[in-house]
Amino acid sequence: MKTAPEILQVLQEEFPGRLVKSELNVADPFAVVEWGAILEVCTFLKNNHDMAFDTLACLSGVDCKRFKGEPERMEVVYHLFSMKLRHKFVLKVELSRENPSLSTVEGIWANGNWHEREAYDMFGIRFEGIATCAASFAPMTGKDIRSARTMSSRRPIAACRSNRSSSLWRWQPKGLPVGTNPFKA
Amino acid sequence: MQVEAYEGEEMILNMGPQHPSTHGVLRLELQTDGEVVQKITPHIGYLHRCFEKHAENVDYPGVIPYTDRMDYVASMNNSLGYALAVERLMGIEVNDRVKTIRVLVAELNRIASHLLSVGTYAMDIGAYTPFLHCFREREKILDLFEWICGARLLYNYNWVGGLSHDLPDGFAGKARQFLAEFEPVIAEQNELLSFNKIFIERTCGVGVLSEELALAYNVTGPNLRASGVQWDLRKEEPYCGYETYDFNVPVGQGQLGPLGSCWDRYYVRVREMEECIKIIRQVLDRLPEGDVQEKVPKKVKPPKGEVYGRSETPRGELGYYIVSDGTLNPFRIKVKSPCFTALAVLPVISRGEMLADIIAVIGSIDIVMGEVDR
Repeated sequence: MKTAPEILQVLQEEFPGRLVKSELNVADPFAVVEWGAILEVCTFLKNNHDMAFDTLACLSGVDCKRFKGEPERMEVVYHLFSMKLRHKFVLKVELSRENPSLSTVEGIWANGNWHEREAYDMFGIRFEGIATCAASFAPMTGKDIRSARTMSSRRPIAACRSNRSSSLWRWQPKGLPVGTNPFKA
Repeated sequence: MQVEAYEGEEMILNMGPQHPSTHGVLRLELQTDGEVVQKITPHIGYLHRCFEKHAENVDYPGVIPYTDRMDYVASMNNSLGYALAVERLMGIEVNDRVKTIRVLVAELNRIASHLLSVGTYAMDIGAYTPFLHCFREREKILDLFEWICGARLLYNYNWVGGLSHDLPDGFAGKARQFLAEFEPVIAEQNELLSFNKIFIERTCGVGVLSEELALAYNVTGPNLRASGVQWDLRKEEPYCGYETYDFNVPVGQGQLGPLGSCWDRYYVRVREMEECIKIIRQVLDRLPEGDVQEKVPKKVKPPKGEVYGRSETPRGELGYYIVSDGTLNPFRIKVKSPCFTALAVLPVISRGEMLADIIAVIGSIDIVMGEVDR
């Protein structure tokens, strides 16, 4: 079992200059990885026998728009755990809010597909290379999810934050002629 | 979905969202070749109630009723996971009485949840009597919960820093009485159902989930243990004093057919109920004195930061990723629900099964759509 500082050191040695920042003095130590490096870092963490992060415990999208004092950005947070070696670590990737996209990690951890589909439904984060037919949360219209009228955008809650958790899972395009199959739109 | 891509003999059928055996509003798009299912595409979201969005608009204690409603069958465990995560963020250490009662209600709820799972599974397969037996026992547990906190299913009981109500006088006696009545029921269940030839034929060898697949998809809980992996968060990362209790973690042994079949998943749950009885007896012998609301803060305002807290619910590992920005409302709460990841494995293990076997597989994974969709 490795401690968080040891894991961070290994990552810094293996990927010099590709970790944007890190924080060890928190409940769950994390490292922010450069956008283009996430796939390599995750592959390394899974396959290296000293790291052996065989489990993606959780993959979350976070919209940091109104987080005080921080620039507007979106984050994807990976909570990794090693069942073999009993250690854990957190990776984050920072994305722009305008066109968030990232490589998929479903090739590394199979459950990444479902978590990433959820992040796409909620925040519009596109994951490049994801197998879209594995699970379906929202009708596959091919349109950009953010251009769709969502429930929360039509009736904004007064105190709501900018976290764009939209309930798009039941979204149906309005105004189609009767009998049109929305799944083929 | 392109209809033209499919070959002539295959049919696309919708199972659900209204279906008596899909354990909630789950829509499965089945591509079948006669009776054999070639491909399943689950469509979820029919019970999506924007939990994560609501959680941003209420304060931390106000999230607890929402957490109850995710896995409505095992509410005590849901709110326990949340309370533990927030307490970790705030650095609150609760007293022993709170910890002990938390274990007590979590294990009682685990029995209730497994009774529901086992009973409805039997009903899905076609055996109606065990369902009634299981629900009769479950009613006794729900009566106990109603006595504690006034609610049968959605308790709002585990608060940040403590509990909403203390145990009433005489509770230990009634709980022991329940355990004494319940123990023979498990034996009766095994006699009626577990080793029943028809049940075995319907569930052994069906929906086999191998260890590698289970680990790749991060399946947790009884589903993972049925595939032979000894992994229980109550033992690996103990919370609430679980390390001080003496109990075993049942693991599937493949004694009737391939390891990781529906039967193994079902039988692991039955054996887990026996272990829960052991834990509850130890808790009732212990019950220390104390004030259950001693550490409940007036205003729950965690410092800026984030935490990922996880606990073992009857369905697996429930994780709360809570981001706090130092205000009274959470900034972001993401819930990693065990049923969500378990459902991901359904299309993989049911390829090539017949339609009736799909029912068996869904029931054995034990999903609650409230948790899948949140």
